Amino acid sequence: MNQASKQKKNHQAELTKQYLTFRIGHENYGLELSQTREIIEYSGITEVPLMPNFLRGVINLRGEVVPVIDLAVRLGRKAIEVQKRTCIIVVELYNNEQNHVLGLLADAVSEVIEMDEENIEDAPSFGANIRADFIQGIAKCDDEFVVLLDANNALSIRELAHLVEAQLQ
Amino acid sequence: MNLDAALQTFFAEAEDLLNSMEAALLRLDEGDQDPETINEIFRAAHTIKGSAGLFGLNDIVSFTHRVENLLDRARDGKISISSDLLSILLPCRDHIVQLVEHAKHNRANDEACLAQGASLLQALTPWLELSTALPSIIESARIQTDAQQWVISMRFGSDLLCNGMEPLSILRFLGTLGQITTITTITDNLPDLETFNPEQLYLGFELTLLSDASQQQIEDAFMFVRDDSDIEIIPPRNNIQAYTNLINAVPDTSQRLGEILVKSHVISYQDLESALAVQKNQAKTSSAVDMLGDILIEEQEVPAEIIHAALDKQKKNIEKKNNSESRFIRVDADRLDTLINLIGELVINRQRVDLLASKTGNATLMEAVTSMGNFTESIRDAALTLRMVPIGDTFQKFKRVVRDTAKSLNKEIELEIEGAETELDRSMVEKLNDPLMHIVRNAMDHGIEPVSVRQSRGKPDAGVIKLTARHEAGNIVIGIHDDGGGLNVDKIRKKAIANGILDDAAHFSHQEIFQLIFHPGLSTAEQVTNLSGRGVGMDVVRRNIEELQGGIEIDSEEGIGTSFSIRLPLTLAIIDGFHVTAGQIDFIVPQNTILECVDLKSLPHVQGQNCVNLRGDQVPYIRLRDIFSLQSKNTGREKIVVVQFGERRAGIVVDELHGEIQTVVKPMGPIFQALKGIGGSSLLGTGAVALILDIQQLINFAISRENTRNNSQSNFANGTSMTIQEQTS
Repeated sequence: MNQASKQKKNHQAELTKQYLTFRIGHENYGLELSQTREIIEYSGITEVPLMPNFLRGVINLRGEVVPVIDLAVRLGRKAIEVQKRTCIIVVELYNNEQNHVLGLLADAVSEVIEMDEENIEDAPSFGANIRADFIQGIAKCDDEFVVLLDANNALSIRELAHLVEAQLQ
Repeated sequence: MNLDAALQTFFAEAEDLLNSMEAALLRLDEGDQDPETINEIFRAAHTIKGSAGLFGLNDIVSFTHRVENLLDRARDGKISISSDLLSILLPCRDHIVQLVEHAKHNRANDEACLAQGASLLQALTPWLELSTALPSIIESARIQTDAQQWVISMRFGSDLLCNGMEPLSILRFLGTLGQITTITTITDNLPDLETFNPEQLYLGFELTLLSDASQQQIEDAFMFVRDDSDIEIIPPRNNIQAYTNLINAVPDTSQRLGEILVKSHVISYQDLESALAVQKNQAKTSSAVDMLGDILIEEQEVPAEIIHAALDKQKKNIEKKNNSESRFIRVDADRLDTLINLIGELVINRQRVDLLASKTGNATLMEAVTSMGNFTESIRDAALTLRMVPIGDTFQKFKRVVRDTAKSLNKEIELEIEGAETELDRSMVEKLNDPLMHIVRNAMDHGIEPVSVRQSRGKPDAGVIKLTARHEAGNIVIGIHDDGGGLNVDKIRKKAIANGILDDAAHFSHQEIFQLIFHPGLSTAEQVTNLSGRGVGMDVVRRNIEELQGGIEIDSEEGIGTSFSIRLPLTLAIIDGFHVTAGQIDFIVPQNTILECVDLKSLPHVQGQNCVNLRGDQVPYIRLRDIFSLQSKNTGREKIVVVQFGERRAGIVVDELHGEIQTVVKPMGPIFQALKGIGGSSLLGTGAVALILDIQQLINFAISRENTRNNSQSNFANGTSMTIQEQTS
């Protein structure tokens, strides 16, 4: 590889990000791969009483108790029904000055894609039926649209805690 | 074992020793007369000096040596440790801490530090003067006499006492032959207390005898014990083999070449010191420094063979020490977390293996799996306790703080400690230090009044600060109480208004006013002292406590005192719990709140109320299924768990009882903060998550719910009272 193409490659790498894509219902979503930690099979969630619908419960992740969020409910969709391919995407977010580990329920995990920044379009101002600040951008991949989520907004710990508080009152 | 690792051991050991030294010094300050306390301090200084010498940390050696000399004199009763002397010894100890700290981080000791050391030593001089004079007297005495120095090493047979012999009488007899200049008791063979046989002799002695007696005369002293004892009598400096043997017999605790040589009486302490001085001079003038052994060979004409034997011994001792004496190792807390999480995973997998094995119906396999399971649980229990430390050590540190601060403030303050054995997670202990320090300092500076004021208020001269710790309802509660002046509500209010924190018209309860002291920028101290009063402390305190998911409360009465109570969740603490289920959910009821478990149906109900008659007492109850809106059918086999909190009793109705378990408390995380009645979560043996009930919160939650649902009187009427009210509707 000559010097010039190497540089070009490096330059590209800076603009390219990896995303983990998954399905909720018939829709495709993506999360920055760097924010995801692992994908685990769905198995027994411990329900926590009195919680709003989006909070499905807690799981034991190797000794750590991790809340599990139903992303579908959070995005204003119908709650996920547990099926064979249902899985939990474990994400780690730096939010509210602390690291938080959350599990996200998804219907199925698809793949890891690489996206150049230039191929990502801004979120449409309306029509996506999702709160605009939850969307980082829209990518087109294999003729399908992937909604790239802004995890820090969609899963803001502060906001989630407020929602729990509201539910309890 | 590489030197670096050994060095780390030294730092860890030195830290522990310095802590125990401080504690012992403070005990002396409190009037402890036990000679063992002085011994303890001496031993600490001695060991630090010794180990530091091994690593060539000369600043530590030379400073500690002087301190050790002084302590030695105190140990021999030549001087008494007065409070004046303590006021120098404590800073001396601090100085050693600093020197060790510098060495640890490979920092050179700067001018200021060395100057401080010099001035401390200067301050010690009045107590030391006699001691420096003393060895020269001995030396001159030795030179004047024609007596020769004999070295006698005695290892008595263990049956000696049974045979009617008395080592002491032998020693006394030797004393009549000349002067016993040094004597060391060899306690290496002392067994554990369990195996100790009082009829056996375990001691050996090493002594040097200044005598003009002949070898035969000395040997005669051992006439009756010679056969079953190991006695070596060596005329000084003429028998290399004998010295080599003796070197190998030196107790295995010595690690410095010089110490070994001195102990085996090859050289005297004076010889060693002059050799060390030569070495030190070399270090000053050139970069190349001769090894101590070489200097001794050249300057003192010690035979090279002896030095080599001693060097071998030194090497062996170091190895031995690293193997046996490092009872503590310091481990990164993250590594422990990883270990504990992995063990959690192991427990879950073990459960799966259990299930699979039982499916095969293979009895041998099932047996093996069961025994593996038992070990797994032991491993888990052992791992969990690794993180727990008693809070006592943290509290202990405050003794010093209180002593020093009280002196500088010219106040009399005593520190009382209660519940030192309460265990909590190590990571919490570390984060608690700063907040506690702020509160204690504040209490001393602003809380406890000067003696004159205390007298006029009719209080005892000495103020009392009390640190307490206890487990309470699944929490750890740490209390800091002082019997000082208390918080002045008006002053806080005025200050808050002046600083624009509080609206002039606002009316707040005392509790709310107290909470204001956590507001950044509010300090009610009229004077800013070097301790506190800058108004940056208390808000940091609150933030630190909140970071630990805890809370802090204040109670104060003007003129009487102030109490802070810090309530912390038992993060990673282990509690004994009782495993129950309601709906499909596993719950844990903290064992310490439970009085009994009864079949709900077997108890007579109070008409129309959630209340049962338990042997004549009316006990209101909460049905978990109701309060948590759980969806499940009433099985008709409900149980009532009767719990007690404070003075009150209540029942918790559950579907099933499973039994006692020891659990690790895991925090639920910030999302669940608003959820009342659940204090945390825990992992069951199966790997499932169970929710830990916070009984106090649960009942308060039930009360507030009932109050909002129907404004009429309820079982849990009027907020906190649990007494049954008459239905008025």
